[in-house]
Amino acid sequence: MKIIVAMKQVPAPDAQIRIDAAGRWIDESGLQWALNESDAYALEEALQQKEKHGGEVVAVCAGPERVGSTIREALAKGADRAIHIDCDDLASRDALGIARLLAAAIQPESPDLILTGLQSEDLGLGQTGVILAELLGLPHATLILHVEKTESGLRVKRELEEGWFQNVELPIPAVLTIQSGGNKLRYATLMGIKRAKTKEVRRIAAASLAAAAAPVVLLDRIALPQKQKTTQMLSGSPQEAAAALVEKLKFEARAL
Amino acid sequence: MSSVLVVQEARADGKSRFFQESLAAGRILAGLTGLPLEAAAIGNPNSSVLAEFSGPPPAAAHAVQHPLLETYTSDGYVLAFEQLIRKLQPAFVVFPHSYQVRDFVPRLAARFGKGLIGDVTAIEAGPTFVRQLFQGRVNGMYRDAGDGPCFISIQSGAFPPDSATAGATTIHPFVPEMIAAQIRTHPGEPFRASARTVDLGSAQAIVAVGRGIKEEANMPLVRDLAAALGAELAASRPICDNGWLPMERQVGSSGQTVAPKLYLAAGISGAIQHLVGMKGSQCIVAINKDPDAPIFEVADYGIAADLFEVIPALTEAIKAAR
Ligand SMILES: Cc1cc2nc3c(=O)[nH]c(=O)nc-3n(C[C@H](O)[C@H](O)[C@H](O)COP(=O)(O)OP(=O)(O)OC[C@H]3O[C@@H](n4cnc5c(N)ncnc54)[C@H](O)[C@@H]3O)c2cc1C
Repeated sequence: MKIIVAMKQVPAPDAQIRIDAAGRWIDESGLQWALNESDAYALEEALQQKEKHGGEVVAVCAGPERVGSTIREALAKGADRAIHIDCDDLASRDALGIARLLAAAIQPESPDLILTGLQSEDLGLGQTGVILAELLGLPHATLILHVEKTESGLRVKRELEEGWFQNVELPIPAVLTIQSGGNKLRYATLMGIKRAKTKEVRRIAAASLAAAAAPVVLLDRIALPQKQKTTQMLSGSPQEAAAALVEKLKFEARAL
Repeated sequence: MSSVLVVQEARADGKSRFFQESLAAGRILAGLTGLPLEAAAIGNPNSSVLAEFSGPPPAAAHAVQHPLLETYTSDGYVLAFEQLIRKLQPAFVVFPHSYQVRDFVPRLAARFGKGLIGDVTAIEAGPTFVRQLFQGRVNGMYRDAGDGPCFISIQSGAFPPDSATAGATTIHPFVPEMIAAQIRTHPGEPFRASARTVDLGSAQAIVAVGRGIKEEANMPLVRDLAAALGAELAASRPICDNGWLPMERQVGSSGQTVAPKLYLAAGISGAIQHLVGMKGSQCIVAINKDPDAPIFEVADYGIAADLFEVIPALTEAIKAAR
């Protein structure tokens, strides 16, 4: 199977998020970046499918220079090659615009399977994979925890709400959005990191892929949420805060 | 005629609260734009799906019916709603932000060359749609541009339903055209993983741990605290994904929903998918080193500090107090 994994680089989980002076986007200076978590699970699923059935895993990532580190991470973990869609204005494109870029880069590859995470930790839109399927005219399934190749296509395990699941059969080629937790993530080995340096990373300028259509969804500004609830914050040394909390739980909340 | 079209999700359990919330959001939009409110659902016109509305009923309701829509598939639903929307030409289409909606509406919107403004928490003049970014740490103010319908989905719990008594409206049947070959996915029956061995739903006290615990080797810290409190141990998703606690101890939209007397969250940021599973708790305590973590928004008591310092002290203080 030839498998494409569409990945996104997002601020690291522990990164301090600051709003930029114009209030339009976050201040990206000095931020730490990481591979979006559910995309890491998508990559893992792709690598396991390749180990079972042979084939090729191609990582695709759109973004500026900095996403190179995420691409190298994917190659070090075992992706065979990568496509870097060069694009400095990610934040001003909407989900449809990004999906159009990805679709244009993926189409000539004619993959059997396209995997991506179910949503990104920054924008949380959860739409890229689904729109990609529509643009490529392929069937899709979302929130997938387990993928099994069958005679005629795939059998996938899909997460529903509140602890329910469902198996879905679909033909390939197909697009799946992967939920976290279905597999155990691997680490890159030293050998993998060394090999990654020799693997092909093809850079494609965004402008050469798709005419930049005007976005249909606009993010006007961002702001810190207004606090609505008055939380009693307990301060002092750890011992003092702990003692204060026990007092409160015992005599005020009567929860002890 | 242009309208605000609110779509009900067909659910086997007939849960309609989320629909009533979508209607509440639809009413806000109708108020802002002066457009009439309409409703739609997949289902039999004689079934109860569209029979009852809390608050003033919509001007009309559309029951979308076809044998191929009896089980949910993204292909089937996209085809059906595409045809309904082309016929009705609504200015806005409002959905509940459910897993089903996440599965098919982005595709539906793309078919109209549009996007979905998803998981909306507030609607302001403009209309401007507010949704959370960075897992609830920042709000984004969104606007729809371009021609054609504007698709939005609303977050569960964000738009309180109208409490006025129920009313009914005229139901128009709508039969979309589709054939079996157009539906490429074949879903099986929903199932549960395995019999649960713990029922967190009946626990009096819960200590929940999140990614702030850093390593599996640190888990005894929260185990000791839970033992001192006589509490059940629970976790956010990443802890269960890592296998540090079994899946059945996950709290949230894909785990259990709990409402204990005391819920103590340690090193949990407070993403919406976690909050929906625990915000009904009587007393919520949050320990997080980030004073701006969204979990403090639902907490009664908060300690903004390093859990590795606070938890041992708290365990001692609780033992001493008992
Ligand atoms: C469809 C879907 C379903 C989901 N279902 C669920 C679900 O059922 N349940 C669920 O929980 N999640 C669910 N999620 C995931 C959810 O979106 C979040 O990613 C997850 O809840 C985050 O877990 P966390 O708070 O433990 O981790 P993080 O968001 O990484 O937060 C860790 C927190 O720990 C704090 N911290 C770090 N170090 C320390 C320290 N030393 N002392 C004190 N605090 C510290 C940090 O400040 C941070 O706030 C779902 C996501 C999707 C997309």
